[in-house]
Amino acid sequence: MLRTFWRWLILPLLLITVGFVITIYTVNNPTDSLVARALTYSNVFEALNQHLMLMLVSMIGAIIIGVAIGIMLSRPKLYYIGRGVENIVNVGQTIPSLAILALFFTILGLGFRVAVFALFLYSILPILRNTFAGITNVQASIIESAKGMGMTPLRILTRIELPLAFPIIVAGIRTAIVINVGAATLATFIGGGGFGDLIVTGLAVRRDMVIFTGASLAALTAIILDYIIGQIEERIVRWT
Amino acid sequence: MIKLVGITKKFPGLKKPAVDNLNLEVKEGDVCVLVGPSGCGKTTTMKMINRIHEPTSGSIFINDKDALKMNPIKLRLDIGYVIQEIGLFPHHTIEENVATVPNEKKWPKDKTKQKVDEILTLVGLDPKIYGKRYPSALSGGQRQRVGVARAMVSDPPIMLMDEPFGAVDPITRARLQNEFLRIQERISKTIVFVTHDIDEAIKMGNTIAVMREGKLVQHATPSDLLAAPADEFVASLVGRNRSIKRLHLIRIREILDHLDRPKPATVDMPLNDIRKQLEDSDIRSVMVVDQDNKLKGIIGVNDLKKKAGEVAADYIQELDQSITSDATLNDALSMMLECGEGYVAVINEDDQYQGTITLGDLLNVVKEEG
Amino acid sequence: MVEHFLIFYNNLFSTMANFCMQVTIATPSLFSKVIVYLQRRGDLVWELIIEHFWLVAISIGIAIVISIIIGVTISYKTGLAMTVLTVCQILMTIPSMAMLGFMVPLFGIGFTTGVIALILYSLLPIVRNTYTGIKEISPAIVESAVGMGMTEWRVLTKIKIPLARPVIMAGIRTATVMIVGIAAIAAYVGAGGLGELIFQGISRSNESMIIVGALGVSIIALAFDFILSWGERRLAAIGKTGEASK
Repeated sequence: MLRTFWRWLILPLLLITVGFVITIYTVNNPTDSLVARALTYSNVFEALNQHLMLMLVSMIGAIIIGVAIGIMLSRPKLYYIGRGVENIVNVGQTIPSLAILALFFTILGLGFRVAVFALFLYSILPILRNTFAGITNVQASIIESAKGMGMTPLRILTRIELPLAFPIIVAGIRTAIVINVGAATLATFIGGGGFGDLIVTGLAVRRDMVIFTGASLAALTAIILDYIIGQIEERIVRWT
Repeated sequence: MIKLVGITKKFPGLKKPAVDNLNLEVKEGDVCVLVGPSGCGKTTTMKMINRIHEPTSGSIFINDKDALKMNPIKLRLDIGYVIQEIGLFPHHTIEENVATVPNEKKWPKDKTKQKVDEILTLVGLDPKIYGKRYPSALSGGQRQRVGVARAMVSDPPIMLMDEPFGAVDPITRARLQNEFLRIQERISKTIVFVTHDIDEAIKMGNTIAVMREGKLVQHATPSDLLAAPADEFVASLVGRNRSIKRLHLIRIREILDHLDRPKPATVDMPLNDIRKQLEDSDIRSVMVVDQDNKLKGIIGVNDLKKKAGEVAADYIQELDQSITSDATLNDALSMMLECGEGYVAVINEDDQYQGTITLGDLLNVVKEEG
Repeated sequence: MVEHFLIFYNNLFSTMANFCMQVTIATPSLFSKVIVYLQRRGDLVWELIIEHFWLVAISIGIAIVISIIIGVTISYKTGLAMTVLTVCQILMTIPSMAMLGFMVPLFGIGFTTGVIALILYSLLPIVRNTYTGIKEISPAIVESAVGMGMTEWRVLTKIKIPLARPVIMAGIRTATVMIVGIAAIAAYVGAGGLGELIFQGISRSNESMIIVGALGVSIIALAFDFILSWGERRLAAIGKTGEASK
């Protein structure tokens, strides 16, 4: 009965409902006063808000700038610089996210802004790498025939290279999102807020319920976002 | 010897059986060729003998023992198995690949090494050169030989071969076929051979089993098949030019002695003698050999006009088309057509001249039989 | 919300310039602070490095065994493959803090909890690579092995796993590098390792501790990556998945 196109919404909606259920249950049934103080609707929603903001602000920037730089580096003249940057990016991605956050803390201090900045730089890496790789891996013969037909470099970019590289770029964005959710959970350590706050609070006061709420909401957010963009990725692959 | 009784194979999900109530007997020492169009069930039949596929119903007897009751591993260790795609292990050297079954059978190392070297030499690959190489370093034809060597090394009495010479060019294939027939003459294994090429079937088989849509249509010797095809289908499979097909059955050495050709010229023969030989020759050329009777080349009427010297040696043209005497008449015909000449020289392994076959000789053979 | 965007991007360049400036200014003094710290507490640092190493090594060791077994099993039971791989993927998507958060009520705090979490994270890369590595072997190779009379166990140990080795190695490498970072986070729940330095450094505002911890973890991650990719390349030189016989 449900049109197949909207079928994919069932799972995310289900998971969001689970999130709500958990929140409502734990907020209304605190095991003691410590839990009650930690788990209030305003706390939980503030954590959710901060978490999503951290992700949103850093991801949008990462996508725009990551794709932009990736495109720039894929230009023939800059190709070798691009390969060099690719190597730096690979090294950068090997560095654990906690280390990056901690180093930023050392330089820039605490706060939401610092966390966003660190997340932004960390999330750029997979997007940049995949954009660069996706465009440069378009077969030379295709580009050559386009050139031969008289397309300008800009047209080639927009009508051939980007569409062909699109699936790979989206895969890079998906990787970045998953990394981002995980790293955003760590933002709590440098004052960035997010679900990490709940988890850390729970660990500090040794109340499992608080930990559980924070952890499940963080996990659900990650799974939902990964699933949604996974579906987008699948549809894009089917289109091309 | 192998006996298939009422063999049927139904694959799940398909209505029509791949093999339908097949009855076939292969005598010991015979090469039985299963031939037919794609999808006729020949490969499936072969693969049921070593139980890669299990028959849905029916029985298989190997040397009067029920194969379906035997331990499949033991069964397979004693059957040589060559598949179309070869399937060499890319991470093992050629030696290691060939030694696979001996290792499974836990043969002593020196016996294995000896047999491996023997079999590689037999298929024409020098073990000292190729032994330690990896399959990726070999050509398609060489890999195919390794595949055959691997199946033969433990000297199994039975062999199953699925298009073993398929992946190479026609000339290499003809060579491999001839070598294999030579080996089979010496060793006489019981072989089930699958091919879709009727010419290969006629050449290689002691008996041919024609299959179609899972059923056995005719099981006969090549000559019986050519002389009396069972129905329209077999007749069209075998082809209209059945008489020409006979060229596949006859080897060059069988007619060589009946031919009456002048002796070849020697390298130091003076010009006048050459001219005389040319006049007597029915192909307007004279073969030239050296003191050891090795074929050096050919001299044609036009070559003599050049006035290059006094003896035969000065006028020799190189000869591409040469063939060994155990090749079939069909191979000779192919070579003639390829080189665009009406004759081909016959030599032995040491390049010594054995005789000349002409197009006319082939026509005579065809006329005789048909 | 829009203000956040605008303010952030408005400040982006100034933040970056600020950042670079701060880095250049701060580096010399930080550098000397770090050196002093290392001289003073070098033995502690070394102890934490060893702890971190063992945390990673033990986890990856156990994970390799479990994952290869799972990977091989689903290569035989293809029906299970989808489900198992999806479960492993979900495990890997869960943020590490959340995963550790789940573990603490169940297993308490300490080294073991960290190991269990690290193993769960290592599952996907290795299981998936084992599965794909085996599945991608040319079927002709497997068929000729079976047809020659090899038992399924021999085929697995002499043919399938050796040919899949390079791919499996790549999965092991991915997993190892990943859990070096997660191990640092696990320090927060008492697993030990260089993460301790980072967390304590943050709470005490001791920059040297943070830098030593962060750089230490980064270096260990890079070292594992380097060593394992060298190993991977060596394995790939022998054994290919089947191009040779096609």
